Amino acid sequence: MSSVALDAPAPVGFAERIWRVNWGLVLVLTAIAGIGVVALYSAAGGRFEPWASRHAVRYGAALVLMLTVALIHPRVWLALAWPIYIISLVLLVAVDLIGKIGMGAQRWLVIGPMQIQPSEIAKVAVIMVLARYYHGLRKEQASQVLYTLPALLVILVPVALVMVQPDLGTAMMVLMGGGALLFVAGMRLWIFLAAAVTAVACLPVAWSFMHEYQRKRVLTFLDPDSDPLGAGYHITQSKIAIGSGGLFGKGFLKGTQSSLNFLPEKQTDFIFTTFVEEWGMMGAFALLALFALVLVWGFSIAFRSQHHFGRLLALGVTAMMFLYVFINAAMVMGLLPVVGVPLPLVSNGGTAMVSVMFACGLLIGVNVYRDAQLPWAR
Amino acid sequence: MKPFRKGDGERSGLFTRRALLLGGVQGILLSALAGRLYQLQVIETQRFATLAEENRINLRLLPPSRGLIFDRTGQPLAVNRNNFRAMAASDRGRGAEVLVERLDQILSLGETERNRLLRDLKRSRNAQPVVVRENLGWEEVARLEFNAPDLPGVFIDLGQSRDYPEGELTSHIVGYTGRVADEDLAGRDDPVLQLATIRFGKKGVERSLEDDLRGRAGAVQVEVNAVGRAVRELDRTEGQPGSNALLTIDLDLQRFAADKMKEHQSGSVVVLDVVTGDVIAMVSTPGFDPSTFARGITHAEWRDLLENPERPLNNKAIGGIYPPGSTYKMVTALAALESKAIEPWTRLPCLGFLMLGGIKFHCWLKTGHGSTNVVEAIAQSCDCFFYEAARRAGVDRISDMAARLGFGKQSELGLPGESAGNQPTRAWKQERVGKPWQHGDTFNLGIGQGYMNCTPLQLAVMTARIANGGYEVQPNLLLAKATTREELGPPPPTLTPTAPSLRLNPQHLAMIRDGMNQVVNSGHGTANQLRRDADGKVRDPALAFAGKTGTAQVKRITQREREMGITQASLPWHLRHHALFVCYGPVDNPRYACAVIVEHGMAGGATAGPIGRDVLVETMKRDPSRRSDRFRKMASR
Repeated sequence: MSSVALDAPAPVGFAERIWRVNWGLVLVLTAIAGIGVVALYSAAGGRFEPWASRHAVRYGAALVLMLTVALIHPRVWLALAWPIYIISLVLLVAVDLIGKIGMGAQRWLVIGPMQIQPSEIAKVAVIMVLARYYHGLRKEQASQVLYTLPALLVILVPVALVMVQPDLGTAMMVLMGGGALLFVAGMRLWIFLAAAVTAVACLPVAWSFMHEYQRKRVLTFLDPDSDPLGAGYHITQSKIAIGSGGLFGKGFLKGTQSSLNFLPEKQTDFIFTTFVEEWGMMGAFALLALFALVLVWGFSIAFRSQHHFGRLLALGVTAMMFLYVFINAAMVMGLLPVVGVPLPLVSNGGTAMVSVMFACGLLIGVNVYRDAQLPWAR
Repeated sequence: MKPFRKGDGERSGLFTRRALLLGGVQGILLSALAGRLYQLQVIETQRFATLAEENRINLRLLPPSRGLIFDRTGQPLAVNRNNFRAMAASDRGRGAEVLVERLDQILSLGETERNRLLRDLKRSRNAQPVVVRENLGWEEVARLEFNAPDLPGVFIDLGQSRDYPEGELTSHIVGYTGRVADEDLAGRDDPVLQLATIRFGKKGVERSLEDDLRGRAGAVQVEVNAVGRAVRELDRTEGQPGSNALLTIDLDLQRFAADKMKEHQSGSVVVLDVVTGDVIAMVSTPGFDPSTFARGITHAEWRDLLENPERPLNNKAIGGIYPPGSTYKMVTALAALESKAIEPWTRLPCLGFLMLGGIKFHCWLKTGHGSTNVVEAIAQSCDCFFYEAARRAGVDRISDMAARLGFGKQSELGLPGESAGNQPTRAWKQERVGKPWQHGDTFNLGIGQGYMNCTPLQLAVMTARIANGGYEVQPNLLLAKATTREELGPPPPTLTPTAPSLRLNPQHLAMIRDGMNQVVNSGHGTANQLRRDADGKVRDPALAFAGKTGTAQVKRITQREREMGITQASLPWHLRHHALFVCYGPVDNPRYACAVIVEHGMAGGATAGPIGRDVLVETMKRDPSRRSDRFRKMASR
């Protein structure tokens, strides 16, 4: 084993690690959070209270968390992946049993002064566990059906628990994020096709299991004008707000749809609409471009990682970011049903901010420890 | 060598390929978002901008204040007074039940009001407020304000409601207003009619001048939030109040005439200016209290009004139809003279009756009038003369003359509820009765009985056209659309009618007028007791007037009943004869005509005559030419 020490790269000092932190990415994330502050300031009618100031403070705290996470060696995460996953499952079960009801679903768990959404933890935990699992498999194993089954189980158990809440958006995100990881980990393509066919075949079954409000959302998504004052109200008003913003927007604090409360949930799920109404297509493109930068960064970190755990972890986090942004934006533009997915770092909300920044910490950590030597763990 | 990296190169290669594929898919999906943004914000932005403005801006109408109604001297007949009303703007009818329940607890609305309010709230469009209750007292306002937090969308609105200071006296002329009904909207797309607080003329002048009195609505553009509450005012255009109306009615004369009618159960008096056609007074008794309608009539009150045999809601001056009786004899005489059926010198005998095909047609004077010419026949109201005159002239000529004098069709007054009366012709009888016209029908028509009937206004118009020398004056009620009496200035001295002439022979008209003069002012006239005033004094010759009595049969008293000693006074009220009297004055230079009908008043000369005399004399006394100070005083007021 002495050769190991010889071949190993020179030890990396703390200063070097700090240098390896993707400060550009941190800047982009801060810019996105800054846009969040601006949008929340406007959503409150030109006031820092109650959302914008707390958003800024929360981001500051989350930034510290992110940097801390980034500087922790990946082997720690390798070791903690399963425990975190198990804990998240326990919390999910707990929230199903005793959770607080919000928006017609049990999503929050109140622990002391904190309200946490276990489903947000589960999103990250699934990525970590899958990365750890495939890290320990050889390429041939990864493509075998037998070895794919535990991975599927890892995804489907939390998906099922989240569906029960019921939180369709998060369930979709975990499912699709996990699926993306399976795909890049080398799962056979025909399994994907088979899964897709099965999913389509299961749609009627899923329909029968859906809650009334979920069915309504799907129906109104298909035809939002059928009930413009009822269930289609959200989509219709959001489209009006975005469309009326035009190329350059109505101007800061001049969005009528949000300030006059035509826009529902303007500080959370529909914050993108609030922003775009006032800043127009230019603002929307700028915000999407910042998110695209995050994705590009994520991919490049994944490609540069010299260990499989890091690769998968980075890609999983990137996929999660993408799903957040895409589902949220597509939802408010009327391209997807309203499923309750926030826009990361922009929407008001603590747990999502923490989980996203935690995930970004993992992502940056992969870059900081891109040449770490991880055990071939199983 | 590096066991923990064994095979990692292969894994890495596969990972890179698939990750790039995934990145590509993400890129495509993000582009789709950009494309969607382009579609919404560039291609369809106009449509969405419009929708956003429609969301934001709510146009609210400001009700115009309704035009006031005055009499010809400027005394108010219909005014607006402040009205505190509770309004409710419901958020698309949601929570309406709860709101109505709470309002019921505070204002004790009652079952029917609750249902009405609930229906209004659910039908209200664009969150237009609906009326909860009108004419709130201070205590009710205070209670509502106190409970305001529990009553979202309820507010107190200072509006106007209609008040009729003269009440019953002018109820038939002025009429009243009410909520806009569906049929009122026909042909009118005035948006102000959609307002819950607006009132629409239902009867009288309020109805006939509705489109002038209503005015134009102003509008205020307000920015509203998602629950429809006004955030700020963006733009305001003031409306235009409705134009005021000065009626031709002289309120004091109206009151005088109504007082004279008081001793009788029901009837009507119409006074016309024979030169201009102005309706100076129009009384129909009994009347009704229009304020009952302004505050909202109850079901019981409405039923009482409808079931009253004296028909208080009916304006008898234009809506009551009566056989004209002997007041029609001027028509028969004119028709006969104009057609040369009789000549001015023609004398006809009267034996007290005339036989026609075995049927006896009685004259009211059993002993007969002997031989009379047309002037004497009118003065003594000889039935036999007019049977014969009618027979010679024939139904066609009589009907034609009647039509020229205004019978058988509605006037141009424009008031709702006006009847055309019935001027029978051969064709009419064939169609309606199914039998050909008989000579007997002509006899009856000649003395204004049978199928013939008319309104008091038509009698006044006929009298006016005879009095003014044969000009086709039309009655009118509207003196001017003006803001005040002062604006109008003193009335111009109108001495000749502007209406077209009927082209009647002046000599014939003079004979008719001579006959009418003798009715009152000669010893053998049927109403010669009217030469003197009620107090028995001899009248100023300048106030001398001419007239014609009429007693119209309601139920025919048979020979047998007559022998049994049944008299008019012993019949039940509703079977007694109608008493009629038409007159004009002054005799030398006619200016005013008057028609009086006392329903079931039994005798024209005795019952209706004195009323006609008193009203006409009072009218002449009040003539501006005699009381020139009157309008000068008005102008300086």
